[in-house]
Amino acid sequence: MHWFILKRLLIIPFLLLIFSIISFVLIQAPPGDFLTSYIAELAQGGTTIDQAQIDALRRQYGLDQPVYVQYFLWVGNLLQGDLGVSLEWRRANVELIGERLLLTLALTTASLLFTWAVAIPIGILSATRQYSLLDYFFTVLNYIGLATPNFLLALVLMWIAFDRFGLTVTGLFSPEYAQAPWSWGRFVNLLQHLWLPMIVLGVAGTAQIARVVRANLLDELSKPYSEMARAKGLPEWKLVLKYPTRVAIAPVISTLGWYVPQLLSGGLVVSVVMSLPTIGPLLLRALIGQDMYLAGTIILIFCVLTVIGTLISDILLAVLDPRIRMEGA
Amino acid sequence: MSVSAAPAKGDLGSAVYVAPAWKMTWWRFRKHKLAVAFLWVIGLVALIAIMPEFFATQDPFATSARRAYIPPQTLQVLHEGRLQWPFVYGVEGQRDPRTLRMEWVDDTEVRYGLRFFVKGFEYRLLGLIPTDRHFLGFADTPPGVTPNLLGTDRLGRDQWSRLMYGTRISLSIGLVAVAISTLLGILLGGISGFYGGWVDNLIQRLIELLQALPPIPVWLALSAALPRTWPVTWVYFAITVILALLGWTRLAREVRGRFLSLREEDFVVAARLVGASQWRVIFSHMVPSFTSHIIAATTLAIPLMILNETFLSFLGLGLRPPAISWGVLLQEAQNLQSVVNAPWLLIPGLFVIVTVLGLNILGDGLRDAADPYST
Repeated sequence: MHWFILKRLLIIPFLLLIFSIISFVLIQAPPGDFLTSYIAELAQGGTTIDQAQIDALRRQYGLDQPVYVQYFLWVGNLLQGDLGVSLEWRRANVELIGERLLLTLALTTASLLFTWAVAIPIGILSATRQYSLLDYFFTVLNYIGLATPNFLLALVLMWIAFDRFGLTVTGLFSPEYAQAPWSWGRFVNLLQHLWLPMIVLGVAGTAQIARVVRANLLDELSKPYSEMARAKGLPEWKLVLKYPTRVAIAPVISTLGWYVPQLLSGGLVVSVVMSLPTIGPLLLRALIGQDMYLAGTIILIFCVLTVIGTLISDILLAVLDPRIRMEGA
Repeated sequence: MSVSAAPAKGDLGSAVYVAPAWKMTWWRFRKHKLAVAFLWVIGLVALIAIMPEFFATQDPFATSARRAYIPPQTLQVLHEGRLQWPFVYGVEGQRDPRTLRMEWVDDTEVRYGLRFFVKGFEYRLLGLIPTDRHFLGFADTPPGVTPNLLGTDRLGRDQWSRLMYGTRISLSIGLVAVAISTLLGILLGGISGFYGGWVDNLIQRLIELLQALPPIPVWLALSAALPRTWPVTWVYFAITVILALLGWTRLAREVRGRFLSLREEDFVVAARLVGASQWRVIFSHMVPSFTSHIIAATTLAIPLMILNETFLSFLGLGLRPPAISWGVLLQEAQNLQSVVNAPWLLIPGLFVIVTVLGLNILGDGLRDAADPYST
C-alpha cells in the first residue's frame, strides 16, 4: 500500500518537469513576444515608444536572453515559490492568480460533489428499473447532456433567468461583495451565486457517470452473490444498497482521473460566458495578450491540479480495491 | 478467415454462414431503430455539408446594415384562419423612438410563398458545375429582399444561409481531425500492440502523458500561437491538426488492446505458422477483424472534435471570420446582452446538439453491432 503510493509520488516531479517544458514551449510558440504585441497596442492608440525604451524593457523582463535561459529563470523562480510577474498587469502573478485559483477550486469541487450526488442515485434507479420509463428518460437525458456544449447551456439558462425572472446571474458575487475582503457574508453570497455554474458544469459529467454506475450495477445484480442474498429473503432495496452498489461505484472513483481535467477545462469556457472571476478568463486574456509568464504559470497550474486529481483517484482506488494495492507490493 | 463470396440475395438463412464480418455488423445494426433513424439525420447534415450553396437561400457573406437583427421569419400555413401553401410574412422595420433600436414586426399584407428549386445567386455545385438553382426560395420577392428563415445577425447577414455554410466547415473539421487521429492511433497503437516490449512501454507512457494534459488550456495555447495574419485555409488546417494532436490517444489505446487480444487468436497463429509475412498477417488477417470496432470508435470521436472546434471558435481562438463554422456563428451570441437582444442567434447551437447527439447514437449503435458477443 505504502509502496504503491510512494511509487506514484515519485513519478510526480518527473511529470511536472515535462509539463513545465510543455507549458514553456506552448507560450513561446507564438511569433514575437509580449513587447511586440504591447508595441502594436500602443501604436494603435497613437503612442510611439522609442527603441532605447524597448530595449530597456526587453532587458528588464529578460526577453533578450536565449530561450533556454528564459526557461531556467522561470523554473528557478517557480521552485523558489516566485510565480513571476505579469507583464501586462505589472503585478505579481500570485496576486492575480491567488483568489481566482481558490474560486476555481471551489467551483470544481462543488461540481464534482453535485455530479456524484446526482449521478449515483440516477445510476442505481435506472439499473434497478431497467427498460422502465424512468430508465429511458434518463437515457435520453444522458445523450442530450453529452451533446450540449456547456457554454450553450449557460447562455440558455442565463437568458431564461433574465427573461422570465429578471435576474442577472453572472459572476460569483454581488457587486457589494466583489472587492470586499473575506467575511461570512461574502461566503454566503458566493454560495448564492455558485449553484448555477455548478449545475452547468456538472451536467455532462453527471450523464456519463450515471451511465457507468448503471452498467456496473447491472453486471453486479446478476451475479451469484446477489441471487444468494435475494434467495435468503433480503429486501430488494437493502440488498442493492448493501452489496452491489458498493462494487458498482468503485469505478466512479477511478473516473476522477479524467473527470477533474474535464471539469477544469469546461469551467474555463463557462467562466468566460458567465464572467466568473475564476482562472479561465485570466488565461484567455493572457494568451491573447502574449503575457507569457502569466499564461505559462496558469497552464502549469492546470497541469498540477490534473496530476493531483489523478493521484487522489489512484490512492482512493488502492484503498478501495485490494487487487490494485497488492500489485505494487 | 475472411470469406469474400457474396451471399445470394434474399436468402438470409444460408447467407449467414458465409457472410463477411461487415455484413453481419450491418444486419445487427439495422435492428437498432433509433440508430437507423439518426443515420438519416446525419445523412442529411452530411448532404448539407457537401453542397451548402444549394441549401442556402442567399449569399451568406452579404451584409446589409439596414437589415440587422431581423427575427426569424417562420414558415406559416394559416392566413386569416385558412390553410395555405407554406409562406412567410414580410417584415417592416420601425425605429423605437426611445431606444433607437430597430423593431421588426410582421407585415401581414405581404406574403411570400415557399418555392423549391428556384433561381438565386450563382455558384458551382460541388465546386464543379456552375448553376444558380437553390433548394429553397420564395415567390414574388422584390429585388434585394429575401426572407430570412432564421433571422439575421448584427451585420444583417442571413443566418439560415450562414448555418448551411457553417455545416460544411464544422463537419469537415470533425472528419479530418478524426481521420488524422485515427491514422496516428492505428499506426502507433498497432506498433505498440504488435511489437510489445520497450516500444510498447514508450508509446504507452507517451499516451499517459498526453492524456494527463488538461485539453482545453493546451488547445487554447496552441491556437493562440497561430499567427493572426494567416489566411483562413491555413488556420483551418492548423486547427484540425491541433485537435488531432491530443485526440489520437484514445484510439491508439483501443487498437493496442485489440492487437494484444488478436495476437494470441488461433487464426493469427495459424497464418504465422504457414509462413505469412508480418505485413500480410497484420493487414489481411488482423485488421479486417477489428475494422468495425475502429469505425465505431471513430464515429464516437467525431462529435467530440466538433464540440471542441465549437469551443475554440466560440472563445475566438479557433476559426476566425470570414470563415463560417458553428462556433463562429455562436460567437455572435457570446454574452447575455446579445442573447437577450437576439435569442435566435442561439439556433446554431441546436444544430450542434442534434448533430452531436446523432453521431453519438450512431456510434453506440455501430459499437453494439460490431460486438460479436452481443445478443
